Amino acid sequence: MGKGSSMNKNNCQLSTVNCQLISKSYGVVKALENISFEVEKGEIFGIIGPDGAGKTTLFRILTTLILADSGTATVDGCDVVKEYNEIRKHVGYMPGRFSLYQDLTVEENLDVFAKVFNTSIEENYHLIKDIYVQIEPFKKRRAGKLSGGMKQKLALCCALIHKPSVLFLDEPTTGVDPVSRKEFWEMLKRLKNEGITILVSTPYMDEAALCDRIALIQNGQFLKIETPENIVNQFAQELWTVKGVQMSKLLNDLRQYEHIRTCFAFGDTHHITLESNMSTVENLQDYLQMNGHFQVEIKPTKASIEDCFMELTFEKSESYD
Amino acid sequence: MTSIGTDKATQQIGKVIWAENLCKKFGAFTAVDHISFEIEKGEIFGFLGANGAGKTTAMRMLTGLSKPTSGKGVVAGFDINTQSEQIKKNIGYMSQKFALYEDLKVWENIRLYAGIYGVPKKEIAPRTDDLLHRLGFDKEKDTLVKSLPLGWKQKLAFSVAIFHEPKIVFLDEPTGGVDPAARRNFWEMIYQAADRGITVFVTTHYMDEAEYCNRVSIMVDGRIDALDTPKNLKDQFNASTMDEVFHHLARKSTRNAD
Repeated sequence: MGKGSSMNKNNCQLSTVNCQLISKSYGVVKALENISFEVEKGEIFGIIGPDGAGKTTLFRILTTLILADSGTATVDGCDVVKEYNEIRKHVGYMPGRFSLYQDLTVEENLDVFAKVFNTSIEENYHLIKDIYVQIEPFKKRRAGKLSGGMKQKLALCCALIHKPSVLFLDEPTTGVDPVSRKEFWEMLKRLKNEGITILVSTPYMDEAALCDRIALIQNGQFLKIETPENIVNQFAQELWTVKGVQMSKLLNDLRQYEHIRTCFAFGDTHHITLESNMSTVENLQDYLQMNGHFQVEIKPTKASIEDCFMELTFEKSESYD
Repeated sequence: MTSIGTDKATQQIGKVIWAENLCKKFGAFTAVDHISFEIEKGEIFGFLGANGAGKTTAMRMLTGLSKPTSGKGVVAGFDINTQSEQIKKNIGYMSQKFALYEDLKVWENIRLYAGIYGVPKKEIAPRTDDLLHRLGFDKEKDTLVKSLPLGWKQKLAFSVAIFHEPKIVFLDEPTGGVDPAARRNFWEMIYQAADRGITVFVTTHYMDEAEYCNRVSIMVDGRIDALDTPKNLKDQFNASTMDEVFHHLARKSTRNAD
């Protein structure tokens, strides 16, 4: 990035985003509590957690739209408080709520965003081409009249048209069907290859695997920051799938078992962990048979990100008790 | 069949929804293209499809908000072509976006919806206490809804949607954005409602949730391209998960709307 050379003054070439002990409260609600992390240049960094966990607050602090109560953060080497003007030139932000001009057409919206950043659609067209061709047939349509998927694509184009070095995407895939979500993530991979650093938040745990590293967030705190592979590899319990004929009754009976540790419905099976020094799978088989379950299959399985999220939440609640 | 009034409807014993060749056109665009299906009492029916496949349009017809261009249908015993007002009174509806009034207290929200749906005045107070007790919300009776955690709000929204004991409840992406544990709790409530005989019609983008349904339909370009139990669908498409089934079908879409 030619015009960015002046930004290396803070000597932060390695981490594009550097966040230290950021906290933010709204009244008595602690939206963020001592959040620290770094994102390297060219990384896809996922912030994964439910609504209300603090994802949007974090993005708004890093994009200089609100101020943290305490802590420091830099984006592309610039401080989010002192050098907010510089940051605003170099980041792209796609908010969770559709924020384009509803009364302007698709191409007018894009043009506005390009001109605000002193560039033109032509100059950076290569960045948005793959996405824009999909909405180009509707370029004369007002943005407010677009379907959800097309709005999302237009919003991404508008966030990209000034060739940002860092892209902040706040829940870009919420409410989007699995096929369109997959396409969206393929677009993100192509942008990563262009050297753009991407911070993306999502409530969909299955999207975690598509990130280079992820932070699991709940109640304003990071539960863990790791690569997706390491998060599942660090799952410390033996995890089992249980399958039977009456899945609903099976779930209840599993919950009643005295040595059950965790138990969750998981698609066509239930996922459980046992108090390992208290019970074996054979004991559990016997117990289930006594309760009228036949053809019960109990198999070991590998944890998914969602298992890990629930496990980390569980461990946290246990340590509070 | 020349007409389907309530007499015909009551003959459809056990069928809470019955649709035949439902169509909805907007100008030259066919949003819903001749869909037919039946749903039994107490069934949990998953209504899947890509964005723009026609799910919302179909749901609007089934809930009495929009008239079909052609085709017939009976919901909760009433004709969707001629008795949309009765349909609205006899169903429950909950969506992720429109659920509760944030600036009203928990009990006020229940009171409001119970009144709208015609629950007898004398019953509202005791049933409200009973509901809050079952949810473990006794202490939250006077809490403003906006200060409840999202998972609680969704539980409450669902309970409010079925407070008048409708024959069927429509759930439009009810679990979007909630944490994984709360999402599972929510499904347990769905099961309990179905066990009480309430039919559940649910849309979702979480494919693991499709597994929790008794039967699942998948819409592609306005048509229902697949309809069966999750197990049979997986067998039919030689897939190990519903996610694979969904990708297999939705990829065939030629619609550029989304």
